[in-house]
Amino acid sequence: MGRVVVDVMPKPEILDPQGKAVASALPRLGFDQFSGVRQGKRFELEVDGPVTEEILAAARAAGEQVLSNPVIEDVVAVYEEQD
Amino acid sequence: MRVGVVTFPGSLDDRDAARAVRLAGGEPVALWHADADLHGVDAVILPGGFSYGDYLRAGAISRFAPVTGSIVEAARGGLPVLGICNGFQILTEAHLLPGSMIKNDHRRFVCREQQLRVERTDTPWTNEYAEGEVITVPLKNQDGQYVADERTLDELEGEGRVVFRYVGENPNGSWRDIAGVSNERGNVVGLMPHPEHAVEPGFGPDGAKGPRSGTDGLRFFTSVLKSLVG
Repeated sequence: MGRVVVDVMPKPEILDPQGKAVASALPRLGFDQFSGVRQGKRFELEVDGPVTEEILAAARAAGEQVLSNPVIEDVVAVYEEQD
Repeated sequence: MRVGVVTFPGSLDDRDAARAVRLAGGEPVALWHADADLHGVDAVILPGGFSYGDYLRAGAISRFAPVTGSIVEAARGGLPVLGICNGFQILTEAHLLPGSMIKNDHRRFVCREQQLRVERTDTPWTNEYAEGEVITVPLKNQDGQYVADERTLDELEGEGRVVFRYVGENPNGSWRDIAGVSNERGNVVGLMPHPEHAVEPGFGPDGAKGPRSGTDGLRFFTSVLKSLVG
């Protein structure tokens, strides 16, 4: 069984309200090293067989067409997850 | 005149929208997400709510419902379509309207009576309003911040496709105070606020005639009936 990971992030020019909330919570717990946080999404797509080039291409297409909304998000990475 | 109101899993305001159609003098027709048949309706309303629990993104899963495919096709042919709140989000996900909605800039759910300026009145959903008229309808959302790239926003403004703009305080950080937009042709309109909750004295926002007397939303529904009668 193989697994493809698709990482989606809010576009840089789009304000990320969730990331901002996390950023303001961190110092309250003593984590004052971080000047900013952006929160994205990670999808894990499982296949029964091996991860081929075709599977990766399909994952990229799914990332662009379904898993992200190109108006507000970018697909930043599509890769096979090694066990 | 028959106006379809779609119910998705997680729709909340479908009954209110149907009631608004009836109060305006039309015949509401219940449409079901899994049924691609539009049953010959003359217009369609996508109501508010949290279809599919807002999973993935608000409106993202509803875009793939059988009924949505039929609506997209009919809308391209000129069918009047109104998306309210979650319905607006669905229309952007279905690429019938530009832009998208993200979480409110203040990160809280907002529920208030909201003033809007009607800026485009040649659509089937706004022809009973005067251009520049300020109306008050309820607003309630979590993901209500309208965003689009600068070029799209300039295009929308240049082509007069900003149909509604927030007046006074911007309730959710929407770019350029945009509350609602239309497609090029004007038959597809989407907005975050809820006109269907301001259609009957006693149940609407506070108005000139006293508490809960506001019925500013009713003309959305009389507008579409008027446009259908021609």
